[in-house]
Amino acid sequence: MSRSLLRSLLPIISLMVVLGATFYVQPRTMSYFGLNLMLQYAVPIALATIAQMFVITVNDLDLSIGPFVGLVGCISATLLYTNPLFGTLVLLLCIAAYAAVGALIHSRNLPSIVVTLGLSFVWVGIAVLILPSPGGKAPDWLKSIMGLQTPLVPLPIIAAIVIGLLVQLALMHSSLGVIARGAGGNPRAMERAGWSMLKTKSIMYALAGFFGLLSGLSLLGLTTSADAHVADRYTLYSIAGVILGGGEFIGGRVSPLGAVIGALTLALAGSFLIFLKISPDWQIGAQGAILILVLALKAPLTTRDVSQ
Amino acid sequence: MINLWNRLRREPWIWSFLAAIGVWLATVAYTGGQGAGEILTAALSFATFSIIVGLGQMMVITTGPGNVDLSIPASITLSGVVAMKVMDTDSARLLLGIGAALGVSFLVGVFNYGLIRLLRIPPIIATLSSSFLVLSTAISYGRGIRIKPPIPLDTFATTRLFGIPLAAMLVAVLSVILAIVIKRTVYGRAVLAIGQNPRAAWLAGINVNQTRFMTYVLSALLAGVCGILLSGFSGGAALNMGEDFLLASIAVVVIGGTSVAGGRASVPGIWGAALFMYLLVTMLNIFGASAGVRLIMTGTIIIAVIVLASGEARPK
Amino acid sequence: MGLEAIRLGGVEKSFGAVHALAGVDLRVAAGECLGLVGHNGAGKSTLMHILAGTLSPDKGEILLGGRQHETNWSVNVARANGIRCVFQELSLCPNLTVAENVRIVHGNLQGFGWKKRSHDLACAKLDEIFPGHGINANDAISDLAIGKRQMAEIARAFTVTDIPLRLVILDEPTSSLDAVTAQQLLAFVRTQVAKGTSVILISHLLGDILGTCDRIVVMKDGKAIAERPAKGFDRQSLVAAMGTDLTEKKSTVAKSAEAKSAAPIAVRAKPKTADQSGELIAHQGEIIGLAGLSGHGQTRMLLQIYAKAEVEVTAPLAFIAGDRQSDGIFNLWSIAENVTVRSLRALKKHGLISSDAEDGLAAEWKKRMGIRTPDIHNNILTLSGGNQQKALFARALGSEAKIILMDDPMRGVDIGTKLEVYEMIAQEARAGRTFIWYTTEMEELQYCDRAYVFRNGAISATLSREDLTEEKILHASFAESSAA
Repeated sequence: MSRSLLRSLLPIISLMVVLGATFYVQPRTMSYFGLNLMLQYAVPIALATIAQMFVITVNDLDLSIGPFVGLVGCISATLLYTNPLFGTLVLLLCIAAYAAVGALIHSRNLPSIVVTLGLSFVWVGIAVLILPSPGGKAPDWLKSIMGLQTPLVPLPIIAAIVIGLLVQLALMHSSLGVIARGAGGNPRAMERAGWSMLKTKSIMYALAGFFGLLSGLSLLGLTTSADAHVADRYTLYSIAGVILGGGEFIGGRVSPLGAVIGALTLALAGSFLIFLKISPDWQIGAQGAILILVLALKAPLTTRDVSQ
Repeated sequence: MINLWNRLRREPWIWSFLAAIGVWLATVAYTGGQGAGEILTAALSFATFSIIVGLGQMMVITTGPGNVDLSIPASITLSGVVAMKVMDTDSARLLLGIGAALGVSFLVGVFNYGLIRLLRIPPIIATLSSSFLVLSTAISYGRGIRIKPPIPLDTFATTRLFGIPLAAMLVAVLSVILAIVIKRTVYGRAVLAIGQNPRAAWLAGINVNQTRFMTYVLSALLAGVCGILLSGFSGGAALNMGEDFLLASIAVVVIGGTSVAGGRASVPGIWGAALFMYLLVTMLNIFGASAGVRLIMTGTIIIAVIVLASGEARPK
Repeated sequence: MGLEAIRLGGVEKSFGAVHALAGVDLRVAAGECLGLVGHNGAGKSTLMHILAGTLSPDKGEILLGGRQHETNWSVNVARANGIRCVFQELSLCPNLTVAENVRIVHGNLQGFGWKKRSHDLACAKLDEIFPGHGINANDAISDLAIGKRQMAEIARAFTVTDIPLRLVILDEPTSSLDAVTAQQLLAFVRTQVAKGTSVILISHLLGDILGTCDRIVVMKDGKAIAERPAKGFDRQSLVAAMGTDLTEKKSTVAKSAEAKSAAPIAVRAKPKTADQSGELIAHQGEIIGLAGLSGHGQTRMLLQIYAKAEVEVTAPLAFIAGDRQSDGIFNLWSIAENVTVRSLRALKKHGLISSDAEDGLAAEWKKRMGIRTPDIHNNILTLSGGNQQKALFARALGSEAKIILMDDPMRGVDIGTKLEVYEMIAQEARAGRTFIWYTTEMEELQYCDRAYVFRNGAISATLSREDLTEEKILHASFAESSAA
């Protein structure tokens, strides 16, 4: 069994294990209602994970995605609700800001960790300015989309899979996706082949902003009111999801479908821990342990390029 | 005078101190001179805690790009909880509590490095995952009645001498010791060498792994010290006591002039940056600016500092 | 297309004090295979980088088919004019497949069906050049062995979509290929050339050069010194052309060879090769040279010894880097700090490093090495390249190390500094230190008691002091052919 095959199977195996364990411990979850409940936040988490994945594809890290998702919620619950045109403009501006940050990071060779850390402060600050305490109202169309009742399989699962498939198609099978991934694999060779890394990075960051936007909107559709800090945890979830899904920090090796599955696994793991009657004190710790476990399993599979 | 200024100008930490002074002056001007001293003392009180963990974070960051310790808040919490529980308000158990808290912090540092080295996990994810575990340990161990610190600790953490908190003096001593370690010990030189060029450091006879290990342990220990002091200051350990310190620890390192590319550490810069940040918060509060403005300003300053400090554009 | 594919005129390029190219004229006719040979430092790679547009010349012109391209020669312009290159550092993206890597160099491989087109293009070219290659174009590069990676990169260079191939540069293309695939490549070059594409072939395998090329240019020290149709050369004359005309220089450094070999063994090491043949032995006080073309395992041998990986070593080691920037210098530090970093433990007083002791050591070695600086507390980068190298020497010699490993440290250093350092090395050897010296300069080998010539990662010849002639070294450096 080749390494790459093992690498791509790991996320699915992890998901199956967690799913199986959950069903075993709490058979009642093996139902439409049960799955829907456990995975209800799967969509926003998956979208945030995809956003993070775009940044990781070009060898960077985004520590501001969580606060950004919260900010989008705050903007949408206030501006978008009251003044759709202006609200849309502001949201688009946010995406443009993300692209600008990517351009800045590339052109000045800045460490993305520190820049996105500062950016996270900015996002939270703006969110808190708009909505100092939780409130606002989600636009009705948003609520109805997120409240769709799909037959047989709960919406969150369908939506997450569709998202994963679409991005998988775009990133892994399109000719432009090759350029994006090449930018992570060997940026100097790409430049020498005539591709602008500045443009590529900016676009990838813009895509991160776009999916962060979608994540914020979908989250708002579920929670119906906004909170600046509601998605702070998404930063860590998104990073964990990408890595669980078989992605690597350096080298342009990512898997969109894997990232989505990783996000689902993490969402499930949370519920699983509740059913396992693990004291709430240990739930965070257990998530850390799961992360470490998966990374430990990945260690022998991590690509070590044979550089003589 | 000009000579002195020229020499000072080249120090990386001078800007954070100037900024701190500038902000203080602006505040004092606004209040018409009222409470100038109290503002400084209060800033010093609060900044002390950021300085302790900032020193640890500075050492980690100095060992080279990609190295950062995200487990500091969790270590603070665990150390505070362990200290309070072991001491159990009894002054006789003061040293025992301190020993236990530092011992636990030591283990956290070892665990962190174990993840990085044995499992080959990047430091960000390693310290992140470990922080989850450490925090859970703290939460589960610390559940229950909020235990007050023993009187000596409480007194030490809150007393001021001529307006300067005792805790700040302790941290000043720690800072001087660390500065000496950096400049005058083999370990300190090793950290600086590895941060500049790990391969050259290996070829120059430096034990890279051992140095990195000691650095992660040091960072955890300093977080432990912070936890103990913070518990004394706040009248007990709270389960969210470490929250603000993650971003604060990185921010004071960046704003203080330590190079994020590694290889150059600036202890005075940590002081200047911490003072600047708390004075800024005070100023914004007095001006009536909301929490949102404060956050936006902090973030923008971090980005601005890193853009300016990074200087060169991307090499072709 | 005119009769001429491309022409370079009067190209000069310097890197600091190093004159990589000192005025080179080169012309390549259409449908010609040009061989480029030369020893280390000849300037071959630099010249090719300028041709490919990845480096810009200080002086000189580039003419395409008779027309002049002024100052806007760049990678993009070169590619747009049908120039492709395969250098020794592979420029494939390891995370992408072979087919995807092909897409990268062809901007027009996009839109619906690009995958199939790219895949078919890759497969067709691989089949054409390397029949029976066994490469799946949908495999990721990182999953391929180094030989197959090289095949993929070569095949990619020859793929054509819209821009016709004018010139393909192959820099040591067979270095990772086995005998069969190497011959396939060379045969392909002949057929491609017959179709009108020009090829520049750089190789240390003289048989390949003689068998494949129409014309051969010999380079040495940044100049093209000989040029003849391939028929006008044979192996002997090629090697002779690469060497100097001067008569053999006997070493002027006095030494007693017998006393040396009676001294205890300081280092015993075997290079990690497939057949485990060849052994390096250094006695105390000896100066051992590692020769041969660069990149043939000498540095690897030094690192193997430094890491004490399966070697026998009887004294502390020190390493002197040749690539100062990546392996040696600590940019943020002063000269003194750079010099003392290896000796810190010995400078301790009461547990802390004594600044007096530190300054003392630095000052002592500044004097002994003759480092030219007004103040040892100045930043290391204020020193000239040669003096920086002296500082690295001081670092190693000022420590307690008894075995000194040198990784071509005099590369790009001025002659004055070199002579001072050679004297220092000889002095230290007399005092009992052992030196293992990888050098790419012939003249430096005269200081050695014994030299091991490396070829393809293994020791191809052991030459004692009497046998140390340039001719013998060249012969041992250049293999007959890839079929050997």
